[in-house]
Amino acid sequence: MAVPILKQGPFLIASIQAALTDTDVIRLQDDVMQQVGRFRSRGIIVDVTALDVMDSFVSRSLRGIAHMTRLRGAETVIVGIQPEVAFAMVQLGMNFEDVHTALDLEEGLAFLQLKLNRESDAGDG
Amino acid sequence: MTDDVRVAIRTDADVVTARQEARTMATGLGFSSTDLTLLATAISEVARNITTYAGTGEVALRVVQENGRRGIEVVASDRGPGIANVELAMQDGYTTGNGLGLGLPGTRRLVDDFELQTEVGAGTTIRLVKWARA
Repeated sequence: MAVPILKQGPFLIASIQAALTDTDVIRLQDDVMQQVGRFRSRGIIVDVTALDVMDSFVSRSLRGIAHMTRLRGAETVIVGIQPEVAFAMVQLGMNFEDVHTALDLEEGLAFLQLKLNRESDAGDG
Repeated sequence: MTDDVRVAIRTDADVVTARQEARTMATGLGFSSTDLTLLATAISEVARNITTYAGTGEVALRVVQENGRRGIEVVASDRGPGIANVELAMQDGYTTGNGLGLGLPGTRRLVDDFELQTEVGAGTTIRLVKWARA
């Protein structure tokens, strides 16, 4: 099932609705990369609240999205990692240290907005 | 007692099916939500090893009992190329695929029992058990 991606101002919000197959994950990567260019997005939120499992493949792919979008000038925030999923990721040994995360969509948007404001302030100075 | 469940692993969608079947089975045994997630993640790793390295295989799930405790046994088997160097494959960060090399050593940390049998050219069988906490 394809992940819907909504455009909200300078940001994109990818809201994962159900368990992802590997094919879905790869498609999400492609879709996000394409839309970042098309909408000149400055930030991306990937909402994983609905995911009951983030195994090494999904984790690696989401980290890949964060790294690839950063190269295109857009910051990615992963939001909504469930407590059990966080526990499993740590046990598994996933390193997510270089990826921005936030508790939920609201916190993620606030983070991106703050970052955008700082950048435009710096530009004015 | 729940019947055994066998999930043929041919595509990446079967990986999702296998872990959902296990989740259903383990919920019936009173697994905590954390243990459910650890089990589902472990199954995802071993099932993906099948699609990545062997192409096709099977994940068999059943309820096991020992000393009054109950758990879920997972047997992931394939007739793929086998693992040439098990010691290396069980090290964090080692991979011959395009992964992070966390699959096998990571999976072992997610479950209570972990056994790996493999023969080059004949295939690989991984047996996992996750026990319900009383």
